[in-house]
Amino acid sequence: MSEITKQSLSELVKNIKDKKLSSEEVTQAFINRSEKSKELNAYITEDYSSALEKAKKFDQRPNFDLKLPGIPMAVKDLFCTKDIRTTAGSKILDNFVPTYESTVTQNIWDSGAILLGKLNCDEFAMGSSNETSFFGNVQNPIDKNLVPGGSSGGSASAVAGQLTPITIGTDTGGSIRQPASFTGTVGLKPTYGSCSRYGIVAFASSLDQAGPMAQNVKDCALLQEVISTYDPKDSTSIDFKRNEYSKELTNNIKGKKIGIPKEYRVEGMPKEIEELWQKGIQYAKDCGAEIIDISLPHTSYALPTYYIVAPAEASSNLARYDGVKYGFRAKGENLIDMYEKTRSEGFGAEVQRRIMIGTYVLSSGYYDAYYLKAQKVRKLIKDDFDEAYKKVDAILTPSTPSSAFKIGEKKDDPVSMYLNDIFTVPVNLAGLPGISIPAGHDVKGYPLGLQIIGKAFDEQNILNIAYAMEEKINFKNKITDWWIK
Amino acid sequence: MSKNKSDYLINRKDNQYEVVIGLEVHAQVTSESKLFSTSATKFGAEPNTQVSLVDAAFPGMLPVINEFCVKQAIKTGIGLNAKINKRSVFDRKNYFYADLPQGYQISQFKDPIVGEGKVILDMPEGQKEVGIERLHLEQDAGKSIHDLDPQNTFVDLNRSGVALMEIVSKPDLRSPDEVSAYIKKLRSIMRYLGTCDGNMQEGSLRADVNVSVRLKDSKDLGTRCEIKNVNSIKFMQMAIEYEANRQVDLIEEGKSIDQETRLFDTKKNETRSMRSKEDAHDYRYFPDPDLLPLEVSDEFINELKTKIPELPDEKKKRFIDEFKLSPYEATILVSDIDTAKYFEDVVTKMGKNKDIKLAVNWITGELFALLNNKNLEISKSPISAKNLAILINLIKNGTISGKIAKTVFELMIDGDKDPQKIVEEKGLKQQSDPKALEALIDKIINDNREKAIEYKQGKEKLFGFFVGQAMKVSGGKANPQLINEILKKKL
Repeated sequence: MSEITKQSLSELVKNIKDKKLSSEEVTQAFINRSEKSKELNAYITEDYSSALEKAKKFDQRPNFDLKLPGIPMAVKDLFCTKDIRTTAGSKILDNFVPTYESTVTQNIWDSGAILLGKLNCDEFAMGSSNETSFFGNVQNPIDKNLVPGGSSGGSASAVAGQLTPITIGTDTGGSIRQPASFTGTVGLKPTYGSCSRYGIVAFASSLDQAGPMAQNVKDCALLQEVISTYDPKDSTSIDFKRNEYSKELTNNIKGKKIGIPKEYRVEGMPKEIEELWQKGIQYAKDCGAEIIDISLPHTSYALPTYYIVAPAEASSNLARYDGVKYGFRAKGENLIDMYEKTRSEGFGAEVQRRIMIGTYVLSSGYYDAYYLKAQKVRKLIKDDFDEAYKKVDAILTPSTPSSAFKIGEKKDDPVSMYLNDIFTVPVNLAGLPGISIPAGHDVKGYPLGLQIIGKAFDEQNILNIAYAMEEKINFKNKITDWWIK
Repeated sequence: MSKNKSDYLINRKDNQYEVVIGLEVHAQVTSESKLFSTSATKFGAEPNTQVSLVDAAFPGMLPVINEFCVKQAIKTGIGLNAKINKRSVFDRKNYFYADLPQGYQISQFKDPIVGEGKVILDMPEGQKEVGIERLHLEQDAGKSIHDLDPQNTFVDLNRSGVALMEIVSKPDLRSPDEVSAYIKKLRSIMRYLGTCDGNMQEGSLRADVNVSVRLKDSKDLGTRCEIKNVNSIKFMQMAIEYEANRQVDLIEEGKSIDQETRLFDTKKNETRSMRSKEDAHDYRYFPDPDLLPLEVSDEFINELKTKIPELPDEKKKRFIDEFKLSPYEATILVSDIDTAKYFEDVVTKMGKNKDIKLAVNWITGELFALLNNKNLEISKSPISAKNLAILINLIKNGTISGKIAKTVFELMIDGDKDPQKIVEEKGLKQQSDPKALEALIDKIINDNREKAIEYKQGKEKLFGFFVGQAMKVSGGKANPQLINEILKKKL
């Protein structure tokens, strides 16, 4: 048996079921490695001792029928966890302890998993490098001083660095897929309405979606199966027939039609990304898929549209952090003064920037020109996909326009930072599922990902394509444990 | 329908001004739970005991629409003869305040659940139609309490998230009296429907009043001012009176009126500026992404239509047709659902040989006076409809006279006593035995021989004296009709 933390979720589940490993042994192993990995700064809040207690309890009365029997895991700190501090990476929620559990995490604990702790992320999930977190930036296990991507940077780093066997993130414009791509891991953004948003700190309600992150496609499928449930507590949750994604997983994708959108060949895209894409096309063909050129004509409007819609919703969603009811409060002379000081001191620069953008685009006199127009363009982007899906079953693109960059490299250039999301954002605007799988390395040896975009509710199909291609690609992540002394 | 004639005009030198008023009424939906959460809505509960995580806007909490409140709004729309919109949208109205936990109020801005409708007012000069612009659903805010502590403001979130219907009228009202009639009519309709209890003291019904003035016969609307959150009809009328005169004075002085929001100071009886148009909030309305558009089917609406009870206008028509009431009487009896219920109860309990006219007189006369005196709602009437019906029947069948009935009525109040028993116990039964009455009258004529002779000689006025004597001697119990007949015969 290989080292515990190197095992995939599927192996761990099998070993626990076969009683070759106890939950306590597994939990202890991940705690030990997490303890040695503080330099990654992946955790905001650790919950190791109660994790061990839960593991012991599981071992005393094990239930092997569960999908995640006694499996320890850490989750992004955007999910509210009962009695465990939940910060959303922000000072304004530094002291916030929910009395309730998000539906997605509840599903996970109900399946037998055990919480290790809460993982770092960009403040309110606003960022593409995990540098906006109040709790400091996260290191990418791939290389020192490399960003892990964002906003689910702590989650990606923890999975790639084997601090947790699997995890969950949230994806509003690429926050699962981009960090997965930067860390050589697999990340799925499900169809909007697949996973309940109840108990997830909101960024942009019409775009936010929770999803699984893992070492491989099969683990990702299993976790998706656990977290995706219809939830009446979320009015945007959709009651559709959910597959048993991991059981129904197949690498037979013969005859599947995969579209290649010409508009994703953006200006200034590095040659190695283009080459990766070509390699991906070849892998897909090798798997028996049929490649079809398609057009998504409004792609170039996706990023500006996103940067109107998302901040608009965020400006309103974040109004509740006002120092009155919970979280951080600064002293003020009067109510307005208290608001201003609380929000100036409690929110970081990027969050404040987006609140201001959002407030501006919703203001009277600007609403029609920005927000309303953006909504119309959003419809056109969705229509593009609908049109394409008349001809193809899925779409293949690069996940990101570059590999991971250095910490601090883009911090002062928000536009260049926003460009990171150029391939992922259209998927959120259209509410579609998308998965990023590692597909190769750049010249520096940093991982690069490919994105497979599916039809709404067709997670099974893109998981199958990803599963088949994963086999052909046979990607090996280069983790040197550089941070462990 | 009579001509839209209103004589409420403001006179200055050579000019006569007409007042134009539109109302935004906020009516609390009668519902056990809030618009987007399952918290209770009981009035008067301990502060912050009816607050869920959703109402207090905790991170990650999401609103889920309460179907019952949607039904209540649609029923109200049907009661207002209004168009029900099969698709409506909830928007966020963004502003910061300590008692607004989300930092926005969920309301309906562009696409309300109910569109144009109308209500009919019964004014002394005839009926008047008032247009309804729209009705939409929205959340109430919490309550800030500033006077419990010198340093701090306390916030009570019990009201936070309670469902309100905002009913916007067209600027069709022309006088404080019409405003009063309009509010009462809305209240009446909603109470019939059971969609709002209309209790203004508990804040279930409040209004923002938009007032402008213009020269009589002018067609253009003047600049309006909005008077915020007035919570009694009397204050609305006072506020309008003051505000209209203020605006007329400004025009007469050659000044212009600023469009602004004003507050009514009930102590000083004046309105004063709260904020000008320039300072108006930019609410940054946009569709709430946590809620899908609200879609209702024809079947859903039609099902609700079958549950609409007889409303005041129909009931009035029926009372006139069925009971031959005058429009005035009918209007009074239908205006409040409990009064109408009481009246219909009395009518039913009176049985076959009923005297409707007598019932109307007793309800609008003695009973209303009693309730008024004791400051009671008719639903809390100390005399039940059943016992009042018995009393009226006792008059009708000649057991007691109207005068004795008033005495019996007084005795019924304490403990809702059976009038039949009172009459028996106190021996108040009317004397209708002709022989006994003849004997009584013979004695009176004997005792007053001179007066009898004077009468026979033509002093007819003395007839009343003999009637009075008969009533006095009988202790008021003699049947006045029989007394008349016998006296005429004997004298």
